[in-house]
Amino acid sequence: MVLVVTPGCDQFPSLGSVENYTLTINDEQCLLLSETVWGALRGLETFSQLIWRSPEGTFYVNKTDIEDFPRFPHRGLLLDTSRHYLPLASILDTLDVMAYNKFNVFHWHLVDDSSFPYESFTFPDLTKKGSYNPATHIYTAQDVKEVIEYARLRGIRVLAEFDTPGHTLSWGPGVPGLLTPCYSGSHPSGTFGPVNPILNNTYEFMSTFFLEISTVFPDFYLHLGGDEVDFTCWKSNPDIQAFMKKKGFGDDFKKLESFYIQTLLDIVSAYGKGYVVWQEVFDNKVKVRPDTIIQVWREEIPVKYVKEMALVTRAGFRALLSAPWYLNHITYGPDWKEIYLVEPLAFEGSPEQKALVIGGEACMWGEYVDSTNLVPRLWPRAGAVAERLWSNKMVSNLDFAFKRLSHFRCELLRRGVQAQPLSVGYCDMEFEQT
Amino acid sequence: MEQRGLGMLRLSGLLAALGMLVVQAALGMQRERTTPLSYWRDLNLWPLPLSVKTTPRLLYLSPGNFFFGHSPTSKAGPSCAVLQEAFRRYYDYIFGFYKWPLGSDKVPSAMELQKLEVSVIMNPQCDSFPNITSDESYNLLVKGPVAKLTANRVWGVLRGLETFSQLIYQDSYGTFIANESNIVDSPRFPHRGILIDTSRHFLPVKTILKTLDAMAFNKFNVLHWHIVDDQSFPYQSITFPELSNKGSYSLSHVYTPNDVRTVIEYARLRGIRILPEFDSPGHTASWGKGQKDVLTPCYHAREPSGTFGPINPILNSTYSFLSQLFKEISAVFPDEFIHLGGDEVNFGCWESNLAVQHFMRNKGFGKKIEKLESFYMQRVLDMISAMNKRSIVWQEVYDDEGKLTQGTVVQIWKMGNLRMKLSNITAAGFPVIISAPWYLDVISYGQDWRHYYSVEPLNFEGTREQKQLVIGGEACLWGEYVDATNLTPRLWPRASAVGERLWSPPEVTDLDDAYRRLTRHRCRMVKRGIAAQPLFTGYCDHEGRM
Repeated sequence: MVLVVTPGCDQFPSLGSVENYTLTINDEQCLLLSETVWGALRGLETFSQLIWRSPEGTFYVNKTDIEDFPRFPHRGLLLDTSRHYLPLASILDTLDVMAYNKFNVFHWHLVDDSSFPYESFTFPDLTKKGSYNPATHIYTAQDVKEVIEYARLRGIRVLAEFDTPGHTLSWGPGVPGLLTPCYSGSHPSGTFGPVNPILNNTYEFMSTFFLEISTVFPDFYLHLGGDEVDFTCWKSNPDIQAFMKKKGFGDDFKKLESFYIQTLLDIVSAYGKGYVVWQEVFDNKVKVRPDTIIQVWREEIPVKYVKEMALVTRAGFRALLSAPWYLNHITYGPDWKEIYLVEPLAFEGSPEQKALVIGGEACMWGEYVDSTNLVPRLWPRAGAVAERLWSNKMVSNLDFAFKRLSHFRCELLRRGVQAQPLSVGYCDMEFEQT
Repeated sequence: MEQRGLGMLRLSGLLAALGMLVVQAALGMQRERTTPLSYWRDLNLWPLPLSVKTTPRLLYLSPGNFFFGHSPTSKAGPSCAVLQEAFRRYYDYIFGFYKWPLGSDKVPSAMELQKLEVSVIMNPQCDSFPNITSDESYNLLVKGPVAKLTANRVWGVLRGLETFSQLIYQDSYGTFIANESNIVDSPRFPHRGILIDTSRHFLPVKTILKTLDAMAFNKFNVLHWHIVDDQSFPYQSITFPELSNKGSYSLSHVYTPNDVRTVIEYARLRGIRILPEFDSPGHTASWGKGQKDVLTPCYHAREPSGTFGPINPILNSTYSFLSQLFKEISAVFPDEFIHLGGDEVNFGCWESNLAVQHFMRNKGFGKKIEKLESFYMQRVLDMISAMNKRSIVWQEVYDDEGKLTQGTVVQIWKMGNLRMKLSNITAAGFPVIISAPWYLDVISYGQDWRHYYSVEPLNFEGTREQKQLVIGGEACLWGEYVDATNLTPRLWPRASAVGERLWSPPEVTDLDDAYRRLTRHRCRMVKRGIAAQPLFTGYCDHEGRM
């Protein structure tokens, strides 16, 4: 019996969504009570995990009293569909398993240097010229709609990232003049760099493009990237040098980067969107609005990530932690343990500061990942992040976690998820290849 | 999120291509045992054959008008199951994904490739099992309208069919094309293996069969089946059924005699030997569940502690048990070799046991517990010899002062003092299999295939005779963190790097060329249903068939 207090069935989940629920199972009742439909979804998942079968095959559930709500409101997973194209089925399957783990944000790093699979209707050449194969390696408008709705039905927000001004090589072929031509001495070298920040055309393009993105993706937040901008190309370009002089930026290209991002942020704000950016935007002192969310991803530069969390929150910004959760960084052995033991609030700061940490994201960058190895690489390791972001801070005993996570892994197998083993052992139902 | 210069990769590729063209012209389009020039856009062979000569002349294949056939003078014919099955398989690998109807363009017959005629020169060995001396050499002459594949034995034909299938590609119209070529090929090392571990995690038979398929695509010819270990005993023994009844993870986590037969025959049809390993005296905890008194009871002070250690080497019952078990294993597994293990023996337990101490004194071993290990291993080695089989052991058996039977093969897995070990063991006259640099279960971030590829097996001090004792190597995929969910992407294409190192000539070392060929080979494996993971950023035409 499910009782939801506040209607909202046809809405999209948001950062402020209330995911609380209580589950009461006894002789009198079997009641799932929640504030919102999102809480009900969380409760249903928990309920499904309470059911067990005896050796004879009978289903049972124990008398239970559960009161539950997440520790952090933003519990995300990043997928990179640019370095390798991921078929739509892979994305939808991932959303399913995210729901099993109570993840509630799908951070879709759609495009990057390598390819541009997002089918833009305002600039169709972006996809035609930038995708690996415009017939087969793209996400049509319909695909995107499907992902958003599939996610919504699981209480998962889709946070789309269109990373600029760096990581944009694939945008170049479809929008001539968008990227900065690099120079070798006094002549163009033939290669291109980040988005060209000195041209009006650039901002006209961004205006139109992000109007499209703002309408396609319903979440309040867009991720605007802003990471790893390589200044060498900008430096080499004489027009940019002239611009720098004119603006009085001197030799400080961070100021140019700042100039670009600020303009972009204003454009996006005008469309009624909030934004998340990578930490460089903060590190390079770009002037951003106070409600910007900063995603901390670098382990040691410019400072250890723990210190970075302190700096970001001290400056009054909300923070997302990803640095210790780069799941694409594989190593031999049970690395889920280190992942699990990360304490997001283990930095020096006031309670107000700590309240600014709204959560974190496990990242699965795509350089070495595609549909052949995505699922075993993601699960059950990402589950360790999921518990760290949902459960109470005190829940940190590795033995207890191992017991539950290895059991959960077998349950994932039973649900058809190709989750890899945590250590030696077996599941009653092993994975069978089709 | 490393910034990878997309431009950089393209540039070096361009330079390489330019370089190729220059050298190509200079050599008059011949290359034999020189730096591989896979400059033709779609020439993507893996592993690279001993000698490849190609011309720009294109031959067209039509799925409705192409056949594999036996030459009238071949010593093998349609009764040879190995070849008939292979013809069917390779037709499917080449044309199976063909979707569009036949084009109506008539191609002049000299330009069409209508048949691959297979000719086996010597006694084909069609109904035999492959072994360490099997001849895998072949000649492949690709010209229109009939190409010729010649080999001494069926094993060479299998290798040649794989190469032939790799020569065929489709242009943007979907037309099947092959370049006129002349290939002479044979492997550098005769033992090219993959180790799988079905004790730490049970591997369903389907997974093992898929692995055999992938091995054939990479010209691997030995599946080293580390079938039992501490954690579980999935091998269902007819003589000792309690071993798996009590020692397997569950009754559904077993390999029945039928399963084993299926694996052996599936392998045979691909020219792959099944090398079973029943590791002892260590790594045997699971044996004790179903066989009373076979393990040594460990002692604490002068009392049994309740725990058990390696196999008990002092009891006659042990040897009578082993003799019966290995008699069965000898019969079940047709290969000439059996792997006896012998690694990582925990001496502590033996040393603690009072009866063992007594035995050691009687035998005059003193305090040298290694002598007891040696005593045990020697008895098992003798058992195997008496069954007319040969043994392979892990290096500890030699290291811990083994006086090994002549002809025992030593498998080297420890990285420490690798070069010195290779010198010493071959100097002592024992054949050697190298695995140390190829532990594929030890994963790390990035393109580790490059490290595997760059290993040079004969890089140690020794005479030519010594170097000849290196019979090959094995890529090992231990099972602590591996089961059916992640085995295939973890094995492939990383193991492919080892495959080329063991098959191709030592001069084939260019990493850029290897990268180019291996990425295409990887896409080919994906197309053939092997979930081989990516080497790096990029894409395959056929994505997401997983």
